Amino acid sequence: MASSPSPAAPATAEPFLPPTLRRNAPLVPTDSAASRSLAAVIAILTFLAALCAGAAEIAATSASEWQGSVAREVTIQIRPGPGRDVEADIARAEALARAEPGVAGTRVFSKAEAERLLEPWLGSGLDLSDLPVPRLVTLRLSESPSADLKHLRAALAEALPGVASLDDHALWLQRLSTMANTFVGVGIAVVALVLVATGLAVAFATRGAMAGNREVVEVLHFVGADDDFIARAFQRRFFGLGLRGGAIGAACAVAAFALAGLMARAWRSGPAGQELEALFGSFHVGWRGYASVLLIGVIASVVTGVVSRLTVRRFLA
Amino acid sequence: MPGPAAHSGGLRGSGATTAVTSATGTITRAPRDSLLAGAEAPVVAFENVGMRYGLGPEVLRDVSFRIAPRSFQFLTGPSGAGKTTLLRLILLSVRPTRGLVSVFGEEVSGISSAKLTGLRRRMGVVFQDFRLLDHLTTYENVALPLRVQGRAETSYRAEVVELLRWVGLGERMHVLPPLLSGGEKQRAAIARALIARPELLLADEPTGNVDPGLGRRLLRLFVELNRLGTSVIIATHDYGLMDLVEARRMVLGDGRLHVED
Repeated sequence: MASSPSPAAPATAEPFLPPTLRRNAPLVPTDSAASRSLAAVIAILTFLAALCAGAAEIAATSASEWQGSVAREVTIQIRPGPGRDVEADIARAEALARAEPGVAGTRVFSKAEAERLLEPWLGSGLDLSDLPVPRLVTLRLSESPSADLKHLRAALAEALPGVASLDDHALWLQRLSTMANTFVGVGIAVVALVLVATGLAVAFATRGAMAGNREVVEVLHFVGADDDFIARAFQRRFFGLGLRGGAIGAACAVAAFALAGLMARAWRSGPAGQELEALFGSFHVGWRGYASVLLIGVIASVVTGVVSRLTVRRFLA
Repeated sequence: MPGPAAHSGGLRGSGATTAVTSATGTITRAPRDSLLAGAEAPVVAFENVGMRYGLGPEVLRDVSFRIAPRSFQFLTGPSGAGKTTLLRLILLSVRPTRGLVSVFGEEVSGISSAKLTGLRRRMGVVFQDFRLLDHLTTYENVALPLRVQGRAETSYRAEVVELLRWVGLGERMHVLPPLLSGGEKQRAAIARALIARPELLLADEPTGNVDPGLGRRLLRLFVELNRLGTSVIIATHDYGLMDLVEARRMVLGDGRLHVED
């Protein structure tokens, strides 16, 4: 035993080592049936959360498109009154509108067009010539400079008091915006709930894994591993599972959106397609939708890793 | 703490050089540790320690002893006498019901988790049932104490391989434990306990599953380690093994400890 360490020992030992020594296996056993089940649960939950996020994104995009097109148009309504020349009033109102900066164009609805607008309510084939049907002038607003609608409204009230009124669809826009926000809010809440469910499933699975690997944990403690080292070992294992499950779930969601987009395009020719398009636009999720799907996959993996680590720390404490 | 030579270059010639086997068949040890025993702060000190599991009877009663640095002792007694419990108390995996336990000068009641880990890293332990991790290869099992210290594999690779070769597992290092024989498992467990050059080695029936020849060889390994400065406690009820080394015997019976110097 008196011999001193031979400096050449590592150099001579190295060439004979079999390559399998470097496999650096995880300290916590993997690939059990429970691990596969957990990865499947995470994949399903990620898929559902991603679907929700995508649907909320479609709703928000469609609502903002509607809002954009509605907000870019305002309407002047001219009511015919006894002793008034409605055409002259229309011309006056149109001239006032044209004079306003920010109004890109005007379109006067003819009497026939105004009457046609009433058809859905009154039916067709009626003679409405005796009825004082209000006439409309739609104004297309430019992005810049933005129109001063308050000033236009005041000018109309001054020039044509009690005859002309300006409708900027504020009520409509408010309702639309409330509906869109509700959709997005519900989407975010569902995504949050699904992520919480993922966290709980992981906590449950981690406890199961801890119980199943009690001996491994005990041995790791005896050979000098601290709680944090053990927690990290479990975190690595579960983060890997979360990453696998999250990637599968997100990939399925992306595929589902792509498929739905293709189907929507295929059906667009029929009458149902027009309804669908009216509701969901082109059913295009957009880069923001795909990014949120991928983000949910990443968040699910991170939640999995962090929750498993915290669970192990609490379990060991 | 043994120097870097503890089990890389150092152990290779151990059987022939220092742990001398006398004509009568006993393995002689250098006397220096017995002269120093008690003069330095003990590695382990028990004072009136009592231990019971739950509401059961006391497994250990009024146990007091000291393990001096670089000392070698057997812990013996009939089955169920409390040997494993006493080892678990030293390992800090259970706490005494009463009395004081100090390990490396640290009183262990209310010890922090970080200090506990620090103390355990200074110990090596060979379990009666080996406790090898079945999903890791022999090499990975033996390297485990170094891996948990955060060391890079390249820094300990040669060291682990050399120790494995020394205990006769050079050809089995990439095999998973379920495929090892009882003796091979035991040697792997011993190698794992030695790899981090512990200051205190605890071995619970370390030669129980090997043939007498290998048992003597392993005992010689422990004696060698002791000569390099490690305190050794071997729990066994094999009197034939104890007769091979002149060492202090701590005899447990009826929950009480009797020390035969």
